[in-house]
Amino acid sequence: MPYLLAAPLIVFMLAFYALPVVAMLMRSVSDPVWTVANYAALPDDAVFLKTFANTFYTSLIVTVASLLLGYPVALALVRAPRWAPLILVLIMLPFWTSVLVRSYAWMVLLGRHGILNEALMAAGLLERPMRILNTPLATQIAMSHILLPYMILPIANALRQIDPSLLRAASGLGSPPWRTFLQVTLPLSMPGVAAGVLLVFVLALGFYITPAMVGGPREITISMLIAQRVDQLDWAYAATLSAVLLATALVLIGAFYRLPGVGNAFRMNAR
Amino acid sequence: MNGTAPGSIRGASVLLADLEKKYDRTNAVDGVSLDIRSGEFLTLLGPSGSGKTTTLMMIAGFETPTAGDIAIDGQSVVAMPPYRRNIGMVFQNYALFPHLTVEENIGFPLKQRGVPKAERAKLVGEALELVQLPGYGGRHPRQLSGGQQQRVALARAIVFKPRLLLMDEPLGALDKQLRENLQLEMRRLHADLGITFIYVTHDQEEALTMSDRIAVMNDGKVAQVGRPEDLYDRPCNRFVAGFIGESNFLPAIVRSLEDDIVVAECEGVLVRALCPARPATGTQVTLTTRPERLRFADTLNGHAPQNRMSVTVTEAVFAGERCRYMLRAADGTSMVLKEPSSAAIRRRNVGEQAEIAWSVADTILV
Repeated sequence: MPYLLAAPLIVFMLAFYALPVVAMLMRSVSDPVWTVANYAALPDDAVFLKTFANTFYTSLIVTVASLLLGYPVALALVRAPRWAPLILVLIMLPFWTSVLVRSYAWMVLLGRHGILNEALMAAGLLERPMRILNTPLATQIAMSHILLPYMILPIANALRQIDPSLLRAASGLGSPPWRTFLQVTLPLSMPGVAAGVLLVFVLALGFYITPAMVGGPREITISMLIAQRVDQLDWAYAATLSAVLLATALVLIGAFYRLPGVGNAFRMNAR
Repeated sequence: MNGTAPGSIRGASVLLADLEKKYDRTNAVDGVSLDIRSGEFLTLLGPSGSGKTTTLMMIAGFETPTAGDIAIDGQSVVAMPPYRRNIGMVFQNYALFPHLTVEENIGFPLKQRGVPKAERAKLVGEALELVQLPGYGGRHPRQLSGGQQQRVALARAIVFKPRLLLMDEPLGALDKQLRENLQLEMRRLHADLGITFIYVTHDQEEALTMSDRIAVMNDGKVAQVGRPEDLYDRPCNRFVAGFIGESNFLPAIVRSLEDDIVVAECEGVLVRALCPARPATGTQVTLTTRPERLRFADTLNGHAPQNRMSVTVTEAVFAGERCRYMLRAADGTSMVLKEPSSAAIRRRNVGEQAEIAWSVADTILV
């Protein structure tokens, strides 16, 4: 019974992950008495609605940005094998660095006297430093950077599985390279795109450190709101928000898994 | 089955001139020159690594030659990208687009050429009929068997009426029965379409059955070009003799020359062989004969072939339609003799002495 080998992990996950999560979620309906009032109140809760909308919007921007930036990188990774090791290192290096460190790095880059502002002023494009840090733009830039690998790797995986003879066949049948990309490469990479979009979007929904550090206190996300309420010891409200966030992520994952080929894109691939 | 009436398209002629492809140090293709005629079925035959596929890929435009020229109908295409060459191509693994239906796959080259939708549907229908798959248009490639997929690939390669069709071991992945059916079908298509076929295979039997001419390749070079029967009956070197069919190789020394015949001493007897070249007396040479053209002398009543030799039977195998004997000649050279089996012919036993005979026309000096 090989699955017994997973028993230690299962016990660990149950004890230190599943139980606390369930206990936390229970508080949303049991603190201080059994009630669904916390959920019933959400549709009229202006702070919640605004934060939820903002979180969705941020995640959407970040997803689109990392898709547009990541797809060409994934393509290069697969189609330029000579450069693949270098590209891979460049993708993975930040990936291995702590999110906290990277967020600090973005503060340095985007600050009033940060490298970006200094460079823009030196180039004569700006007269006075622009306010980037502590704006939604800063959050979007930093989050896109942090989440890019999650977009690039599934897309690269899908691209790698495209039989190269299909590209030759398309060319031989009269299709110039750009049409081959649109008619063959792009449609066949869609499972990877869907997987990347899902990963980035769902991860972005729950981002906390980066928006808290570079996004400033005005445009807050759901996870920042949860943290605030926990600080105020409003456990029931924090638990309610957590439940909503978790449910949203699960619904999205379920919906994406139903798309053809996406389930496969998550499967481990030996190639 | 219209629009593809016999002779409606004139096949392209292809000229390869000193074609060469170097990878780092090795020469994958090393000075190949071939003149492929309009409407011909030419096969590039050779073992793996002989350069046959690389040659085909250069004609298709997927590989760039490092030297030499490729001219289609007299026009050099070396600088032309594959999508402008208007060549049909069938790959070994079919290379059907998995996200498109059979119809969309076959319509693909038409779409690239801006053929209107209605016209496209008509041509796709005709192509499907031509490969005997009518009604399969709505399926996806994965719903078809290997043989059906290859027919779709064939339909896709000819639907836009190219004048040249390239095929890279198209039947390699199929089982024997299916392969033989498709071989016949390809011959029929070739006759119907009138276009030039260049076919790559490592299967000599396939090459012999299908081709008008075969170019045998070895080590990046063309070892011999000719009609199947020329290659089989008159191999011009040891490689061709050994690669196409089975051959016996007999070491010999040239003793004298008579017209176009060489008299050579071989295993202690004088053997006559055809030889267009004129080797000097005393030269060490190799004679080849085909196993099925050797006979036991005592089974031949009446006409007696000129070449005779005494041998010992070292192995006798009954293989249904024929018997296969391993023989040892006087000096120890092994030979194979294949005799059509018949209940009326006595089977030889191992260790038996026998005299074999074969005709001069079946003896080649290589």
